[in-house]
Amino acid sequence: MKSEPNTPGQEVPVSAPVMVDLRLSVNRDSYPITVDTRETLLDTLRERLDLTGAKKGCDHGQCGACTVLVDGRRMKACLALTVTLDDREITTVEGLADGDTPHPLQAAFIENDAFQCGYCTPGQLCSAVGMLAEASAGWPSSVTADVTGEPRLDDEEIRERMSGNLCRCGAYVNIVAAIGQVAR
Amino acid sequence: MRPFDYRRAEDARSAVAALDERPDAMYLGGGTNLVDLMRLGVASPEMLVDVTRISSSAIEESADGGLLIGAGVRNSDLACDPLVRLRHPMLAESVLAGASGQIRNMATVGGNLLQRTRCSYFQDISKPCNKRQPGSGCPAREGDHRNLAIIGHSSDCVATHPSDMAVALAALGAIVHVEGRRGSRTVPMPGLHRLPGDEPDRDTVLEAGDLITAVEVPALSFATRSHYRKVRDRASFAFAVVSVAAALDVADGVVRDCRIALGGVAHVPWRAEIAEEALRGSAATATEFTRAADLELAQARPLRDNGFKVPLARNVLVRTLIDLTEAS
Repeated sequence: MKSEPNTPGQEVPVSAPVMVDLRLSVNRDSYPITVDTRETLLDTLRERLDLTGAKKGCDHGQCGACTVLVDGRRMKACLALTVTLDDREITTVEGLADGDTPHPLQAAFIENDAFQCGYCTPGQLCSAVGMLAEASAGWPSSVTADVTGEPRLDDEEIRERMSGNLCRCGAYVNIVAAIGQVAR
Repeated sequence: MRPFDYRRAEDARSAVAALDERPDAMYLGGGTNLVDLMRLGVASPEMLVDVTRISSSAIEESADGGLLIGAGVRNSDLACDPLVRLRHPMLAESVLAGASGQIRNMATVGGNLLQRTRCSYFQDISKPCNKRQPGSGCPAREGDHRNLAIIGHSSDCVATHPSDMAVALAALGAIVHVEGRRGSRTVPMPGLHRLPGDEPDRDTVLEAGDLITAVEVPALSFATRSHYRKVRDRASFAFAVVSVAAALDVADGVVRDCRIALGGVAHVPWRAEIAEEALRGSAATATEFTRAADLELAQARPLRDNGFKVPLARNVLVRTLIDLTEAS
């Protein structure tokens, strides 16, 4: 990875943006790109790569609308600096479907009417994909009665594990139902 | 956000050397707190040294049955580790009680310990704050302090430490491994975090350029019977109002040993040494648990709007100890 020289005594002026060349892998496509070190993954996806599925809600890591998968794990794209992700595989909501066939969670969200305005949905979907993988791997949660045992993914578990995704329309009941349908 | 240089450290030594060269640089872990603070203008480093790739992302078992947790271990990986869940359930529970799934996947163990207070005045650069800008004042003392400290605060600062994990680590007597300009050393918990006094800008005893490389959890046989209980304003994804991490060793109705720490009450994860001492050798009964809790909380000096935390902490501690006794 190339970056600006930062030898002592030769610092770039603090006012000048620091640009870095890197290769970003998103939905199995590779993008050579020059980014400002301040750029978050969310801004890179939306403003540079025209992948506008991930949404900017709070921009503070609190709402989950920007959730994407990084090496299969759900993360908040608004808190991830793009410059740190050059060798990671990123999956956004645009990469969940298999061609024209929706991902099972996408199909379940439609079937269960698991949204109203839809703004939080891409984040809900990516978060649910990551969450189901975590549960399959046996990860406990804060509501798992015995952290040494195997968790059972009931509605209470789904609600706790999805607490990083807010829905201002309040479609939670149907979101939990859609995820539960895929989990069981 | 101010422009900054970015460097990826290959190992702890080179990371420390990078900060030695550039005093205005900061280490970058998962970024879940730091990136937000940079966006808010609270932190403005001239360089970030990314320490997430240095080879300390493993959890190893030590010869005596303790655990050595690399500072780069993600919170999720700590919480789902089979040995942590089996031997130190309160540690796994404390991590799971914090933040959200996405944030736990990003946040590191080292960064969790060094996260900054969520006091609203600290995070708002339009307000005075002695922690952010020494000497500017503390509006929280007379302002919004419902969820701030009841123990160990000073006239300069009433902030609380936000970490759940640190509360369990303080109870477990964890040992923090640090790499610094003058080599490596260890810092015991409690002891890593400090009370605010007249230097609230210093959260910990670490010096400029110090890097946490690992956290050692000593073997503690009775920690298999331990629990982290957190009270918050909503059911999930909120900071603690009050929390308790406790391990209890009960035999024949008598407390042989115990470890207790409180969260949400002080500038540090608060190890309840007075309560521990009162409980050792006493009957494992609600009466004795209440007596011990009251002895510990006698040092509380609540502010105008957070007096409720004193009985809340007492009740949560007593309930946790009763549950641990009944489970034995």
